[in-house]
Amino acid sequence: MSVKKISKTDFASFVEALVQTENVLGVQAKGDRFDFAPLESAQDLRLDYDVTLQPPKKFFLPPQEVLLTFEVGGAYQSRRDDQKFILLGVHPYDVVAIRQMDELFRQDNYDTHYMTRRNHATIIACDVARPSEHVFASSMGTAVVQEGYDILLTDIGDSYLMDAATPKGRDLLAKAKGTVEADAQALARREAVWARNRKALNKHELKCDPAYLPRLLAKAYKHPVWEERAKTCFSCGSCNQVCPTCYCFNVQDDVNWDLQTGERTRAWDGCLLDGFTKCAPDHEFRKARADRFRHRLYRKAAYMPQKIGGQIACVGCGRCVGACLPDIANPVSVYNRLIDDLGIG
Amino acid sequence: MCQCCAEKKDIYLPQLATVADISQMNVTEKYLRLSMDDGMFDFLPGQFVEVSIAGIGEAPITISSSPTQTDGFELVVRKIGNVSGAIHNLQRGSKLGIRGPLGQGIYPVEEAKGQNVVFICGGIGMVPQRSFINYVLHHRSDYGDVAILQGTKSYDLRLFTKEIEAWSQRGDVQMLETLDEGHPSWKGPVGVVTKLVRKVETDLKSAKILVCGPPVMYKFVLMALEEFEVPHNNIFLNLERRMKCGVGKCGHCQINNAYVCMDGPVFRYSDLASLPEAI
Repeated sequence: MSVKKISKTDFASFVEALVQTENVLGVQAKGDRFDFAPLESAQDLRLDYDVTLQPPKKFFLPPQEVLLTFEVGGAYQSRRDDQKFILLGVHPYDVVAIRQMDELFRQDNYDTHYMTRRNHATIIACDVARPSEHVFASSMGTAVVQEGYDILLTDIGDSYLMDAATPKGRDLLAKAKGTVEADAQALARREAVWARNRKALNKHELKCDPAYLPRLLAKAYKHPVWEERAKTCFSCGSCNQVCPTCYCFNVQDDVNWDLQTGERTRAWDGCLLDGFTKCAPDHEFRKARADRFRHRLYRKAAYMPQKIGGQIACVGCGRCVGACLPDIANPVSVYNRLIDDLGIG
Repeated sequence: MCQCCAEKKDIYLPQLATVADISQMNVTEKYLRLSMDDGMFDFLPGQFVEVSIAGIGEAPITISSSPTQTDGFELVVRKIGNVSGAIHNLQRGSKLGIRGPLGQGIYPVEEAKGQNVVFICGGIGMVPQRSFINYVLHHRSDYGDVAILQGTKSYDLRLFTKEIEAWSQRGDVQMLETLDEGHPSWKGPVGVVTKLVRKVETDLKSAKILVCGPPVMYKFVLMALEEFEVPHNNIFLNLERRMKCGVGKCGHCQINNAYVCMDGPVFRYSDLASLPEAI
């Protein structure tokens, strides 16, 4: 597998040509922050971004999507979204999150709605150029990735390195003009970027190896930290909404104006929201705020790892830290507090 | 559509079923017998279905009939919310959507063979238990002693009265029934279902014990069984939650790391030790 080098001017031409023919969703400025949005010009692309407001999960699991259409009293029809698209500028930690989501939607019962979108996507990842305010990907081992993308971009100053990892990526890369084989010096500069990011994406430092977290939580279920933190929790679900590995959803029917046809839609839900576990008639199985708060962090570091081969379902993007108004969501500060009190081992 | 997905069926797509029979059982419960329009339906006692009323939504309902019954399958639905309210308005011949059968945690159909079986039911807890009760009675010689304990809040809410009467008449079933509140027409015992436990003539310690009822009931039943030192791996609890998607994705029915829709709805009590949210 060869790595190509492309000048920034030639890369801009490549992107400019791409947006003419493909549906490209690239990172762009949104006020003084950044987000993925349909890209119309290479000029709008901001690969120097720190973190996007929303993770790219919304392109695979939209905030609201039609699963089925139906006729009242009649049959149901599947709806599938099979438009091809390119995600341009996905950071390594988000690549890891997408890989985890892929596994969860693929395993046991194959979710055709998610997987159709996923199979139609081409992911162009890019190494982080500058750390965001709350990133802790270095602590979670997600600052650099070796798989999960079709092409990986690395900014090495005057040019980008383009590393195609899949047939889809190689086909796309073949369209870029002006690429040359990356020489040893260029590859060394990429190594330097990786070495830097493995350490620098660490605004909050976890005091243990992430692989230890399931064992830490196994002895922390009744720790007072859940109650202490949850005291100021608004139960707003912002932490769920911005999380690249939160995927809980609700399903609802809507009838059209003709009163004959309608749609069944699914929409994001969140385990922090009151009523998430409510059953008929009035049983709510995880009602206490502290229990809901605890559930989110247990899901990330104790429950989901059992489904995805031991990986921790927190990739250290830091979005929840920034989104939480009472500033209680930071997983690192909770886990570190538990380590301080309970020790390691 | 990509080939990999085109070959897969949509896990959220209901299949059409027709209401073959529907009747009011008491003031809140309706009985339905359904048949799948494509004729296909194999299930095991303890499994549930997602019932779709187009335009209203979906709700998880555990199957009440035994798989040994061949003319369709039966549900009993309490009118409590939007979907169940709409189900109550169905008539014979109405169409509805069914996904399932769902759930891999079922009653111990094979494990209980050759052993004594005790059913402890609270209120509409009888509804899912009835699937396994009738299965056991259909294969009567495969099982040891059978005892059925039913506790109901009031006389008017009793369910399956004719079936319970028929079970009482059988010489090979110990049928015990109690009401929380007395009634002029009620000649049987008054009190909660846990009071019946000590009347069971079978050795509880060696029996498979199946429990289903309202959430509050479980703790008291388990305390009663503790007195008889019933091993926890012999007790099976039917835990219902909000199984919204039914296929292990949406997260609503999660109890710690277990998904009721996938790992249940029937759980072995000894497996619940690591699930503090279960009871």
